This record gives sequence, structure tokens and C-alpha cells, in this order.
Amino acid sequence: MKKYDENVVLAIVLLLSMVLVAVDLLTTRDAHAEYGDVVINKYSEAAGMRPVVFPHWFHRVRFRCKVCHADLGFKFEAGGNEINMLKIIDGEYCGACHDGDLAWSVENCDLCHSGAPGTPTQVHESTLQKLVAPTGGKATE
Amino acid sequence: MSIVKNLITPAATVIAVFILLLFLVNKESHSADPNQFNRLMAPPSKRNPPPTEDGIHDGPGASMLQTPKSAFGTLPKSKSGNYIDWVKALDEKKIQPRYDRNDPEVQPIVMDLNIVHEVKGSMPNVVYPHKQHTEWLDCSNCHPAIFVPQKGANNITMASILLGEKCGVCHGKVAFPVSECRRCHSQKKKQSAGAKAAAK
Repeated sequence: MKKYDENVVLAIVLLLSMVLVAVDLLTTRDAHAEYGDVVINKYSEAAGMRPVVFPHWFHRVRFRCKVCHADLGFKFEAGGNEINMLKIIDGEYCGACHDGDLAWSVENCDLCHSGAPGTPTQVHESTLQKLVAPTGGKATE
Repeated sequence: MSIVKNLITPAATVIAVFILLLFLVNKESHSADPNQFNRLMAPPSKRNPPPTEDGIHDGPGASMLQTPKSAFGTLPKSKSGNYIDWVKALDEKKIQPRYDRNDPEVQPIVMDLNIVHEVKGSMPNVVYPHKQHTEWLDCSNCHPAIFVPQKGANNITMASILLGEKCGVCHGKVAFPVSECRRCHSQKKKQSAGAKAAAK
């Protein structure tokens, strides 16, 4: 056995532990998603897909509210719209733009269905969510 | 020396096990922490995280999505919400969102009309600018379902706004949050004759 073996072992074990603790501390437990991100889990998880996350910020950089909320008929309520894939493929709701021409088309399932499993329908960071429901994007524990 | 060395290995093991235990206990306690201070205020380092780290995204698509920071770089900042002043961003033409989804040339129908709501409490009056709102929205978005287009016909309270009604349909969800009191309550009240007399 070489002289420094114990020290090396000690150093490695300590370093490993510290890395583990650091990773643990740095990992976000609560959801810190963007203000206005809408999670839509009306039918998704029941149908075996991840919930949909709709980023308002991304869309408002490109389109004014009126485009979706007046022209396309999206109601101002998370979960208040009867959206399904058939309608989207027919060009309603998301499908008005997500047609492979104006925006990516429906075959990119994972890009919209990208919500963490178990996340309920909500407007993330909304006043209501902050005042009424405890923190976090996950289902109430 | 060998005694010292023989002591180091068990000591190291004990320390390592202790730290590992601490790590496990720590993990437990975090997920069930009943008192998460400042849960309403994300520290600057936690603001606008990429989808892969924001806590509501998962799966192979998350890493392919645009990160908020890559879009927000040049936009004017604010102190809440997305930490972006969207109205200013539009005013300064930092963003040019379409008014018609197919035609980038279509211009919004902007109406410049301020409505002053005299409020009952001690807060300054509310000045509602149609201008900034019609830049983004169509008349039919608010009228007549949310606001009856008639003076005095709308009973607006902070309670209803906080519960997501009236202004709260957007403010507190996507438009700037209600914590920005003075952006709406912006007009100093005129002192009434009675109040002036009372002050003397």
C-alpha cells in the first residue's frame, strides 16, 4: 500500500459528499417557471401524455394578445378551453398557427407536452396561485 | 504515525457517513419545509430559469425550448412578473408582435382614452389608459363581458381583482401583477371642500 492512500480515499469521499450536498442545495425544488406560463392538464395525463406548458412570454413577443384571445377564441381561463388534438389538427386553437407553416406542427409532441407529470392545470405564478395554493408547481402534496 | 493513519480511515468513514446522512436528512426536510420564507420573491439568481430547471417542465422537449433569458436580453426591465416591462418593450419597438397572425403589416386599432376611477379608500385614483390596452387587445376582449362600457356600471374591487376577476383576468396572471399598486393608482386625489375644512 502506498503512503497517501488513506488521504486520497478521504479526499475523494469528502469531495463526493460535498458535491452531493451542493447538488442537493442547488437543485430547485419549487417551480420557478415564468410568470404567466400556463399548464394545461385537462386531458393530457389521463390520455398518457405529459401536460402542456404554454409560455405566454414566448408568444407575446411574437403576437399580440388579441390574435389568440379574440381571433382564435381562447378564453381568459386556464382549462377553460375545450382543446383537443383533433381540433388542433383541424386548424382550431393552437392549430391555427401550429400547422408546420407558421409554427411547428403537431408531430413535435414533446415540445408542447413538456410539463412535469402531476402538474395540475394552472397559470404559474398567478396571484391566485400565490395567495391560495401553497408554493410549487407540483400537485399539492 | 501508523496510529494516526489507522485512525484516519475510520474517522473518514464516519465523517463521510455523517455527511451522507446529513444530505439525506436535508433532502427530506426540504421537501416538507412548512415555513418557506419569501416564497413570493425569487432571488435574482432564480429569475427567468431555462425550461429544464424551472420545475414545471420535463421530458425530451424541455431542452429544445427557447430559454427566457435568451429572449429577454435587450428588453426593458421591470421589478415583477417576467421582470420585463412589456408595454415599454412594445413602445420602444424592441418587440414587434403581430396584430394579425398571418399578416405582419396589419396595425392595431388604438384608442387613446383615459378613464379615471375615483377610488373610495386613501389610495390615489386609478387612471385606466385605453391606449396601452388597445395596443395588445381587441375591444371585444373586455367589452361587454368583463367591463360594461358605461360609466359607473362596473363595481371593481381589489378583492375581485385578487380573485382573478375584472382587471385580475389579466393583471396577476400575465399582465403586470397587482403588487405594482402605483402603476394603476397613479392620480393624486383632489381634496374635497369638506376635507380641506376638516384639515383646518
